Amino acid sequence: MKTLITELLGTSPVAPLQKHIKTVYECACRLPKLVRAANQGDWDTAKKLHEEIAQLENEADRLKFQIRSNLPKSLFMPVPRQDLLELVLVQDKIANITRDVSGIIIGRKMRFPEDIRDDYQAFVDLCVEAVGQAVQSVNELDELYETGFRGAEVELVEKMIRKLDETETKTDRLQSQIRRKLFAIEDDLPPVHVMFLYIVIEKTGGIADMAERVGRRLELLLAK
Amino acid sequence: MEYQTIYLILAGIFGFFMAWGIGANDVANAMATSVGSKALTIKQAILIAAIFEFAGAVLAGGEVTSTIRKGIVDTSSISHQPELLIYGMLASLLAAGIWLLIASRKGWPVSTTHSIVGAVVGFAAVGLGLDAVKWSKVGSIVMSWVVSPLLAGLIAFLIFQSVQYLILRQKDPLAKAKKWVPMYMFFTAFILTLVTIKKGLKHVGLHISTNESYLYALGIGLLVAIVGALVIARIQPDPEKDKDFHFYTVEKVFAVLMIVTASGLAFAHGSNDVANAVGPLAAVVSTAKTGLINSKSPLETWILFLGGIGIVIGLATYGRRVIATVGEKITHLTPSRGFAAELAASSTIVVASATGLPISTTHTLVGAVLGVGMARGLSAINLNVVRGIFTSWLVTIPAGAALSVLFFYILKAIFQH
Repeated sequence: MKTLITELLGTSPVAPLQKHIKTVYECACRLPKLVRAANQGDWDTAKKLHEEIAQLENEADRLKFQIRSNLPKSLFMPVPRQDLLELVLVQDKIANITRDVSGIIIGRKMRFPEDIRDDYQAFVDLCVEAVGQAVQSVNELDELYETGFRGAEVELVEKMIRKLDETETKTDRLQSQIRRKLFAIEDDLPPVHVMFLYIVIEKTGGIADMAERVGRRLELLLAK
Repeated sequence: MEYQTIYLILAGIFGFFMAWGIGANDVANAMATSVGSKALTIKQAILIAAIFEFAGAVLAGGEVTSTIRKGIVDTSSISHQPELLIYGMLASLLAAGIWLLIASRKGWPVSTTHSIVGAVVGFAAVGLGLDAVKWSKVGSIVMSWVVSPLLAGLIAFLIFQSVQYLILRQKDPLAKAKKWVPMYMFFTAFILTLVTIKKGLKHVGLHISTNESYLYALGIGLLVAIVGALVIARIQPDPEKDKDFHFYTVEKVFAVLMIVTASGLAFAHGSNDVANAVGPLAAVVSTAKTGLINSKSPLETWILFLGGIGIVIGLATYGRRVIATVGEKITHLTPSRGFAAELAASSTIVVASATGLPISTTHTLVGAVLGVGMARGLSAINLNVVRGIFTSWLVTIPAGAALSVLFFYILKAIFQH
């Protein structure tokens, strides 16, 4: 049944965006568990987690395309369409990177050297925590739409984004600490292994970077 | 007059079916937002719509009915052939009814008002001659079709801006909502009562002085606001669904307001759209009864009653399903938005009804929703609809006109041998 009023109200992008980042978060949440399993040599669990990560990443991709196709140019929205599209793109990158990291760990049967094992575990936990904080701020989107992106609610979201920034800064510090420790022991390890350790550390940091960029994107919506 | 009884029966049946169609299809737009946001159950929505559509049709539908009945066709050239007006009005009802049937089958959102005005102008211009159309009146009607959505949009924009400023952007939106929402209720009831008393009631034989009408409007406005405030006071925050600013509960406060504005919109809709069904009927009745085209004879109240009953039956038999389907699709028109659109649309429509202008209630509501959107109230608005409205104008008016010309000549051939 079509009436002018049902036609007039386009599909709201809010709920799909929130569903997307929720899927991304579930994907990222499996990475610390996978790292733990790999370090313990429990490859069955690790492989199962990797498969789940791949599946969730696919699901996030599917949601991303769905959001894009539901945002035609003829829509009038309180925030620019482009900003929303870029927000979903950044959200999606979190899942992509997670899948990259888990792929390398599984593919190379990678175990972290004892000296940096705990540090890396703490690092990956914190990166995923940053994603969790990004999810929280994206979950405020419906409240932001309610107020037209102004007023008291905006201050609340700005506070959340500041907290997210702090978490990301902490991950940066952890990352350089791990690098220093790895540098100290790298001569004792097989060179190719070391190379991939650096890559994995770098990419894991990218998860927190992307979470922070989700915050930046939200901030852009607020500034308008 | 030879076939007087047949004319009356035909006009009664056609008019009743038009009213049925209006109740079945058009009322959904007024009530679906309330159902979609769960402010009302479907049963409650049907009951409220039935009461207020009927009241609007009977109490405030007179002016627009008069316009359709005698405002568009200049009968001076056919005063010796009163049958021509009867054929034309019957043809118009038939044309508009059939066109609406085709359109709703095809899923085209067309306006009842445009169909009937197109049909009446069509038979008059072709069947009676170009001079038989009061073009200045038609011009002002067409102007009102442009002005009414724009005006409703502007009012909705301002109302929603005030909601954001007074309530949503405050630090304690729930307390502010409880404070201000009764004011909006007062405003809704005041405006609708005032316009109706001042302009509508003379058709039901009531005459009330200006001072008295302000007094009554004030009284009813206060009554609605007080009852509303009492209901709102009992709403408690829901800790499970609320976030920091209690917007879930704030929307529940607005949902109470939306019951008031939805009633207002149903009233406004009845007051304007009943004429599409019973305007031509009224013309046939007065002409067939007297055998004269006597535009002095007053509108008979039972005609508005018949229209009101037709709308209510349409609503009860078929409208239920339409309301349920439309309601599901527009859930994100939340009460704080829905009420602003409804209040803006209903005030615009009752003013048009009081002025005797047949406007499209749906287009007015579309204008109002767009106004809320322009105030950054809606997450996504599909602007293609605006183009769809212009297309529906371009198709509906000629289609209504062509069909009514066709039926006019057929009826003329049947009855005039």
